[in-house]
Amino acid sequence: MILNIFTDIHNKLLEHMSGGAAHITELILIAAAYLGIFAILGLLLVWLERRVAGFFQLRLGPNRVGPFGLFQTIADALKLVSKELTGTVKADSMLYRTAPYFVITTALMALSLIPFSHEIQAFDINIGVFFLISVSSVGVLGIFLAGWASNNKYSLIGGMRTGIQMISYELSVGMAIVTMTVLAGTLQISEIIEIQKDGWLIWKGHIPAIIAFMIFMIAGTAESNRTPFDLVEAESELGAGFHTEYSGMNFAYYFLAEFVNMFIIASVAVILFFGGWLSPFGITDTIPFAGLFWFTVKVIGVIFIFMWFRWTFPRFRIDQLLTLEWKYLLPVNMVNIVLMALIVWLGLTL
Amino acid sequence: MERIIFYIISVLMITFAVMAVSNRNLMRSIIYLLFVLLGTAAIYFMIEFYFLGAVQLTVYAGGIIVLYVNSVMLVEKINNPLPEVNSKRRLLAGIISTAGAALTITAILSYNFVHIAESKATETNIDKVGKALLNYGDKGYILPFEVISILLLAAMAGAIAIAKTNKLKKNNESK
Repeated sequence: MILNIFTDIHNKLLEHMSGGAAHITELILIAAAYLGIFAILGLLLVWLERRVAGFFQLRLGPNRVGPFGLFQTIADALKLVSKELTGTVKADSMLYRTAPYFVITTALMALSLIPFSHEIQAFDINIGVFFLISVSSVGVLGIFLAGWASNNKYSLIGGMRTGIQMISYELSVGMAIVTMTVLAGTLQISEIIEIQKDGWLIWKGHIPAIIAFMIFMIAGTAESNRTPFDLVEAESELGAGFHTEYSGMNFAYYFLAEFVNMFIIASVAVILFFGGWLSPFGITDTIPFAGLFWFTVKVIGVIFIFMWFRWTFPRFRIDQLLTLEWKYLLPVNMVNIVLMALIVWLGLTL
Repeated sequence: MERIIFYIISVLMITFAVMAVSNRNLMRSIIYLLFVLLGTAAIYFMIEFYFLGAVQLTVYAGGIIVLYVNSVMLVEKINNPLPEVNSKRRLLAGIISTAGAALTITAILSYNFVHIAESKATETNIDKVGKALLNYGDKGYILPFEVISILLLAAMAGAIAIAKTNKLKKNNESK
């Protein structure tokens, strides 16, 4: 029994207009819905980050505006919207203005692949996970350009650091994903989840899967530029790094995109290792939209780990960061792929 | 619908291509070039060659352009616009590019293309691509695949060798 409101909406639209017009309306509706998800996710995650930070530092965090301070970030967002957009005189204004949209657009495109439940996934293509990697590789440019176009030395250093860091760690994220696709045997996200009905991949692939998960978590933290890999922003050294010169909504775009990217990485971890929207042992398979609940719970769990990292580890130096990637993660990753291939070949999966 | 999107994408691509060549600010040229490459990826996605589109995004937009941006940052006086090109060279470039465009257009017009609806029957998915790449039988691409990987390996080793020799020389001199 699947309560499919989406077919209902589709049929309703077809009653009122022709096929082509209904198709376009549907596309617009989906796009609007995803923009909504994007904004709400960003705001919620910022709130969660501040509450978790408060929890780890034995203080309260935002708790005045609304229940548990839930509306605090909405108030902040309203403040940012109403702020003046400043820019520097000597900056390359065209690049300066376009840079935030690279980050926003790529984050949105990646979001469209995330299956929130069995029913809710906008774009389920044959090369799913690969598409995710390729889209997120374009996002680096937004930060790069912001650093360059600001005409500010701190921004430039931040931008250069991003370039080095994100390009290096993209490799580890990609190879961890490859390790898991060796086990799953497909790149399509819906199929990857379908395979996990009789056991999550982290259980099926045991040792290499756990190694891949650890690498993915480390590289994912670096990819989303979070502490301990936040050299890009490094408040104490670089002002605010690449977004020093951005104000108001332009700054908020970067801020939101950063949190949405964290959500995307957490969702990929959930899809690849913890069965996506599947319930543990299939306990709620018959209830419609239970997938949404399980997906959210798992993603918030992974995000909590990311936030835990942030308030536990001190920041790396740039040379330590590169040593970690090129001298440790990459060789481990390569051996791990071979190990995973061997295990799949010999049928040693659980 | 598809036709309209196709025309919009192509007009954008041509405009950005012209802007990429004619702009005298190096960084902006690169970004215009990026838009052209993104347009190509969009067209691949439109004809449902998802794999090719994603490769286009990763290799060109995510790889080559980031590399360009990186190397352009190392160029001296990057903030100054490039010097004006003299009219003689401009004329020559114009003639050559017109000839090239004419050649391409005649080639396209004289070739008998299969209609896209017919060619969709053989949908390319990642399974087929992977199997074709590692197939040594009929219609297999294992040889070019291996040749390219050896070439890339040689290029990498060469790059390391070139980068290292300078450093070694300097070290020896300082000693």
